[in-house]
Amino acid sequence: MLVTNLAILVLAGFVGYAVISKVPNTLHTPLMSGTNAIHGIVVLAGIVALGLGADGFLNKLLLVIAIAFGTINVVGGFLVTDRMLEMFKAKPAPPRPAADDAEGPRA
Amino acid sequence: MIVATFLHDPDFIQVLYIIAFSLFIYGLSGLTGPKTAVRGNRIAAVGMGVALLGTFLIDGLGNWGLIILGLAIGTAVGIPAARQVKMTAMPQMVALFNGVGGGAVALVAWAEFRETGGWDLAPTYVPIFEVFAAIVGSVSFWGSNIAFGKLQEILPGRPITIGRAQSAVNLVLLAAAVACGIAIVAGSDGQLLMIGLLVFAAILGNFVVLPIGGADMPVVISLLNAFTGLSAAATGIALNNTALIVAGMIVGASGTILTNLMADAMNRSIPSIIAGGFGGVVTVGGGAADDGTEKSVRSTSAADAAIQMAYANRVVIVPGYGMAVAQAQHAVRELTKLLEAKGVEVAFAIHPVAGRMPGHMNVLLAEADVPYEQLKEMDDANGEFGRTDVSLVIGANDVTNPDARNKADSPIYGMPILNVDESASVIVLKRSMNSGFAGIDNPLFYNPKTAMLFGDAKGSVSEITEELKAL
Repeated sequence: MLVTNLAILVLAGFVGYAVISKVPNTLHTPLMSGTNAIHGIVVLAGIVALGLGADGFLNKLLLVIAIAFGTINVVGGFLVTDRMLEMFKAKPAPPRPAADDAEGPRA
Repeated sequence: MIVATFLHDPDFIQVLYIIAFSLFIYGLSGLTGPKTAVRGNRIAAVGMGVALLGTFLIDGLGNWGLIILGLAIGTAVGIPAARQVKMTAMPQMVALFNGVGGGAVALVAWAEFRETGGWDLAPTYVPIFEVFAAIVGSVSFWGSNIAFGKLQEILPGRPITIGRAQSAVNLVLLAAAVACGIAIVAGSDGQLLMIGLLVFAAILGNFVVLPIGGADMPVVISLLNAFTGLSAAATGIALNNTALIVAGMIVGASGTILTNLMADAMNRSIPSIIAGGFGGVVTVGGGAADDGTEKSVRSTSAADAAIQMAYANRVVIVPGYGMAVAQAQHAVRELTKLLEAKGVEVAFAIHPVAGRMPGHMNVLLAEADVPYEQLKEMDDANGEFGRTDVSLVIGANDVTNPDARNKADSPIYGMPILNVDESASVIVLKRSMNSGFAGIDNPLFYNPKTAMLFGDAKGSVSEITEELKAL
């Protein structure tokens, strides 16, 4: 089990390296906040630990906080990345009036 | 009945995890271009949904009320935070999200420790990875919170150190945390050991980030991001959860790449950045040059700047943190539209470490609808300053400092910079003659080609825009 998992770990590292090194500087902020969202996957660890039996008030409390933290990480991370990336999309240019203003004082 | 058995089959759950991490990888590969990036991020989010679904199907999962409570609290906090944050506040938001991720890792490790009596029955490797996760997660949580505090200006951005002993104290703290960890791995289940480990790691996290100056924040944030990723991967190995291993490791790898890129862009090693104290150490008075001659600064007016740019063929705008602070990106966009209407070619030259996180300027300019094609990376931009009539530097300082090229004893010597001094003339928008975050004097300001326009970046840009309209 350990060896298999270590193999997965190493391979994932190389895959990550290969994928991420292609991302241009311009998109580094969204990349960072996107990967940031992905490590929120620790929420799964919290769910498993709590779901498969946590005894005592403190253990339950710790895990509920952990799940809440992980969820903030995931939900917030993906949403914020989405907001940022939406801005990088080429705009179809319906808000024309702004451009017209710029034309105005040409004379 | 058969369906239910199938759904709860551990192999089926594994398959869901495999689908989940495939979606992460596929989604992230979409981030290589602005056109596919939105979809890529959403694909990764779907992957997260699949991973969650797989987890919910684990046989015998209980405590549903509490699980849903945790998820609900997280959603209720996360959605409004992500919706309402201003684009200029993005670095601190990312720091905060990163921190809670690290905190979750540490808390899970703590709860598991308590639950299993110090991993009594588990193979030895389990506590090793759990201890690693607890230390790194805790460092990441506290370090990110400090980074947040600095970026949000709750804490001063300048380095805060306890002096020369800093590195030694940090090493002692790390050693203490590791010692607690070794005792736990060796089989002790004393509650104080785990608490001690978490506390030492917490102080370490504070001490590591407090001495780091604001300008080095891009490096710190991506490093902490890598840390949280690695701690998640370690948790994955301890819990035998493939989704965690792959997702955590990919983040670890990407954070490491970014950290290296940022450090290269400043020509500094990661250890020297972590050692901190950069900035504040070197304090050069504004007026007099090293050789004793008085250096003079030429200041200009918004009207003159407007005329100069209106009659230029090519204007390059160099944005820096000052633009973010003043929230001047929309005003800048307005200005570029006017210039383009007058037939001026406008481009943006963006230094990799401009701002407080990697790609910070790009996000702000994209928010203001600046076309992606106008944003030039450093190498492309540097080839074109020679044929540029006016470089407009908005709140950037160290990334334009020619000392990095010319002056071997300068603290930033060797750092790749934007060669704005190669353009025919330079206009610098700056609040005052205070030096940048690195605390280093910038000879660009005394260059005869350079004119300074003092004032708030947004105010100055708006004034220039008004003058342009009147021309």
